[in-house]
Amino acid sequence: MTAARRVLVATGLPLALLGLWWLASADSQSFYLPPLRDILAAFADTWLGGRLADDVLPSVIRLLAGLAVAGVAGVGLGVLIGSSRRLRATCEPVLEFLRAIPPPVLVPIFILVAGIGTTMKVLVIVSGCLWPILLNTVEGVRARDELLEDTCRAYGIRGLARLRHLVLPSASPQIVTGMRQALAIGIILMVISEMFAASSGLGFTIIQFQRGFAIPEMWSGILLLGLLGVALSLAFRVFERRALSWYHGLRRAQRGPS
Amino acid sequence: MSKTLEVRGLRKVYQGPGRSVEALRELTFSVAASELVCVVGPSGCGKTTLLRCAAGLLEPTAGEILLEGALVAGPPPDMAVVFQEYGRSLFPWMTVRANVELPLRSKGLAGDHRRRLATDALAAVGLGDVGGAYPWQLSGGMQQRVAIARAVAYEPHVLLMDEPFAAVDAQTRAELEDLVRSLWRRTGVTIVFVTHDIDEAVYLGQRVLVLSSSPTVVQEVLAVDLPGERDQLTTRSDPRFTQLRSHVYAQIQQAKRGGGQPAPPSPEGAAAPGS
Repeated sequence: MTAARRVLVATGLPLALLGLWWLASADSQSFYLPPLRDILAAFADTWLGGRLADDVLPSVIRLLAGLAVAGVAGVGLGVLIGSSRRLRATCEPVLEFLRAIPPPVLVPIFILVAGIGTTMKVLVIVSGCLWPILLNTVEGVRARDELLEDTCRAYGIRGLARLRHLVLPSASPQIVTGMRQALAIGIILMVISEMFAASSGLGFTIIQFQRGFAIPEMWSGILLLGLLGVALSLAFRVFERRALSWYHGLRRAQRGPS
Repeated sequence: MSKTLEVRGLRKVYQGPGRSVEALRELTFSVAASELVCVVGPSGCGKTTLLRCAAGLLEPTAGEILLEGALVAGPPPDMAVVFQEYGRSLFPWMTVRANVELPLRSKGLAGDHRRRLATDALAAVGLGDVGGAYPWQLSGGMQQRVAIARAVAYEPHVLLMDEPFAAVDAQTRAELEDLVRSLWRRTGVTIVFVTHDIDEAVYLGQRVLVLSSSPTVVQEVLAVDLPGERDQLTTRSDPRFTQLRSHVYAQIQQAKRGGGQPAPPSPEGAAAPGS
């Protein structure tokens, strides 16, 4: 498939849906469902000015910070728990319990502990993103190949070298899966964390528009959130393709020539 | 000749829930420096268990293994292992060259030295030009060559090979057998080669160790008095080769029927057990 055709396939349905929305809403008189024309006009006015730096950027930075903390903590703890059967048996019930708690209900607690600033919002994101990364890392570390483990032992590959060359790479496909799930959860929590006691951010701004009956602006914020999600997932896909090129190659080789 | 590897009264019992399996009953033998010894036996007789114990990867239930006089209590630094499943023993996230260099890194060798050893070892196995490829981009035979190059670059005193060619096709196998012979003759490394293939054992080895079926003991030690210069055509059509392989075959058949019986008379000219 040529590049041009790929772009066409990828953008065809979104464009068709936008076109449908445009036509269907063209002479809408409803206050709450304004024409797409108005929403797009509001989009340019609302977001392409200073708001990009004042509201969108802080949100994205908090999201990335939360993902980074969750990633480091999740992989670190996951390697520890995945390496020890006893630790795993001890931790698993607790992990299942903690994971089952929806992060939004923790917001009041985080506000009590960390105030209403950036720390609280990052904590909310971490509290949701940690689990998929942690649990997938545990699985990935646990499922490493025994023969590779023997190879490391036979050749005296121990300690940090073993961690770097055996444990982390062999768990990396699972870790990346966990990170992909965490990214989706993180965007949701980014918005939720800004709906409580916030003074800036994408979620805060959308709520402000809604409360001020600036309906086209509110809709444009929702569009922007969707676009942000698409951009992040595209960026993640590029990262994944680079980080796991060996894995995809191996899978193709194992499936045999097709 | 000095004994490089000594196995004394090796016994291994696997303790399972509710039952235990005696994989090795009592194995005693030794391998001299720069010797190439093949170990054959009926399937399920514990060949791999023996090799894993010798490699320090598995703890014996009783008995001991000495490498150059020192007790093996874990994988010793002067030993390298080539496993049967090449596809699983190479790191798929590393290039061929990185795979060969990794053990050298843990040995603490400097970068230049590592690169030189890896280059030489890859050239020695005929893979001088694929260092930048990933293992899964290569055929099975080439992957096993990489595993052999990794072992050779490590410069071990003893090289343990666990049915290394069981999963490659017949032609590749013949090439790899000759590769092992030539590497052995060139480097003088001591090799213990475990196989289920009788022809392979006779073709490769200076001595063949025949194991009985489980519970396993050493059924016979056979000296292979074929010329040192061997090749697939002349050696395999040598009447002496046929004689030796028939003898080993008969031994293994007997081992399958019920081990522990006294060995039949050695073929004419063959050395007595334990020599």
